[in-house]
Amino acid sequence: MAGGIKKFVVGSFEDEAVLFPAVKNVRKAGYKIHDVYTPFPVHGLDHAMGLRETSLHTAGFIFAATGTTTALSCISWIFTKDWPLNIGGKPHFAIPAWIPITFELTVLFSAVGMVLTFCYLCQLSPFVKKHHFHARATDDLFVMAIECTEKTNEAELINFLEKSGAQEVNVQMAETGWWIGRYDREQKLYREELGY
Amino acid sequence: MNQQFELPSSYKKWTWGLIIAGLLALVYGIIVMQPFAPVAHHAAEGAQDYSGTRFWAVLLQNSVFWLLVVNASMFFICVTTMAMGGWQVALRRVPEAISSVVPTLGIITFLVLMGIIWGGRTDIYIWLDKDLVQHDHILKGKSGFLNPTFFTIWSAISIIMWWLLGRKMRSLSLESDKNGQMDYATAKKWIFKNTVWASLYCVFFGLSVASTIPWLWLMSIDAHWFSTMFSWYTFASSFVSGMSLVALFIIFLKNRGQLEYVTEEHLHDVGKFMFAFSVFWTYLWFSQYMLIWYSNQPEETKYFIERIGTADKSGPYHGLFFLNLILNFLCPLLILMKRGVKRNWSAVTFMAVLIIFGHWIDFYQMVMPGTMKEHAEMMPFEFGIGALFVGIIMWGVGKYLTKHPLLMKNHPFIKESMIHHT
Repeated sequence: MAGGIKKFVVGSFEDEAVLFPAVKNVRKAGYKIHDVYTPFPVHGLDHAMGLRETSLHTAGFIFAATGTTTALSCISWIFTKDWPLNIGGKPHFAIPAWIPITFELTVLFSAVGMVLTFCYLCQLSPFVKKHHFHARATDDLFVMAIECTEKTNEAELINFLEKSGAQEVNVQMAETGWWIGRYDREQKLYREELGY
Repeated sequence: MNQQFELPSSYKKWTWGLIIAGLLALVYGIIVMQPFAPVAHHAAEGAQDYSGTRFWAVLLQNSVFWLLVVNASMFFICVTTMAMGGWQVALRRVPEAISSVVPTLGIITFLVLMGIIWGGRTDIYIWLDKDLVQHDHILKGKSGFLNPTFFTIWSAISIIMWWLLGRKMRSLSLESDKNGQMDYATAKKWIFKNTVWASLYCVFFGLSVASTIPWLWLMSIDAHWFSTMFSWYTFASSFVSGMSLVALFIIFLKNRGQLEYVTEEHLHDVGKFMFAFSVFWTYLWFSQYMLIWYSNQPEETKYFIERIGTADKSGPYHGLFFLNLILNFLCPLLILMKRGVKRNWSAVTFMAVLIIFGHWIDFYQMVMPGTMKEHAEMMPFEFGIGALFVGIIMWGVGKYLTKHPLLMKNHPFIKESMIHHT
């Protein structure tokens, strides 16, 4: 277990129109939003939550540059030093012929690299498990998890969330990081969960 | 905010300064270069006088380039209209204003082309030489397409169609200003009408700019050579410069406190167009180059040998050829890649100027090697004629911007544009 177990107050919203002002109010009140889980990508939510710009594209650029370098250095070494071939009387060091492959490797490296980086940043991987604050977050519910510190007054926070329009508020002790495990073996069915 | 935009005096000063400088260059060219003297036939290599050729080649390069650039902004309007785009509505009057210069530049370009065709400038278009064509197997085969009559008629039809279809799109836009907010039924009808005219424009654009017009006006300079990529390549070149021009005018108006609903979100999208089409241009540039390089057919490689030269002897356009690639590919790719740059007004201004200049160079290296051989020059005359066209564009755009409201306040999608964010 990577992140450690923390206490959360979890509010569930049925509509993004309610969620947006709620996010704003919660932040204004000084509570620390752990994360908001939505059934689909919500435009502008990252901005409302005050998240910093992702550095995924910087990673993408680095992967792409690696791909370009790999392609050019490999091909040039193979065709000039390791195994020079006469192809249609072209010079051994024939950059135009290499560009398509260089391009392909650039794209391949950046695409695969970015997918893996994305999975790492989101802590997603096969055979790895993460705590779900609410099973319906993958279906039709917007779930906001607020981290409790020693100063947080839970009752006040629950009240605050309910006033902000949350349909369902509960307190959960949850692991924040990922751990090795399988959903298909360990997960309870939704109808077996509490409160159904 | 509702009062009509007025041009600052510095804009007018620049407009007339550029036009006067350009006219001086033009008068200098007419007096010194004797463009109307008959072309010396089969003059001994080296003894040939290139000054008349230079005059027409420079005029051809500039008129075709700037005409295609201003025409590209109408293509932008029509494409976004057909795609039911909403984000561009807040800035749509800017490309409209730019496209209003099409008639002016169209007439100038037509005059230049007619001067070349009916003035018998065989030094520009070699296929104008009837005796040569008779004895030339390749040119004879192309003579059904490359002949003065077809050239004249199709050029005239193309320019008139760009003019008329563009005018229809502009008048539909201006019409919407007169009556108040449209109700659902009216808006639906209005959008449909726009879509129909936009698609007509796009179909004709495909028949002209994206195929025949670059073949006739530019590719026929190297009449023996052909490339199926050429028209797309020319289109990409003019479209990316067109988007840069739109960006420049948006930034100018924004600096003057106009275009209240245009934010950096819109600039970001225009910047994306500049970035994407720079890469698209490079894709076509490279596809054209690599296929010819790989197959190595003498009649095809000729085009590049005239520019880059061979391994033994560097060609006269060697530097320019690679400068073209640096300006139009490497710079946009590396500089415009970051999101922050596309949202930065000064950076986009710089890149827009760079891209327009780069594609002006691109057209220069399309026209000059076939006409001027190794005698091409890059002197005040070349820049002066360029300045003339920039001046005319500034004049025409300025006139449109001061005559019409800068916001399409009744466009059904205006709200989508106001709240647009990427």
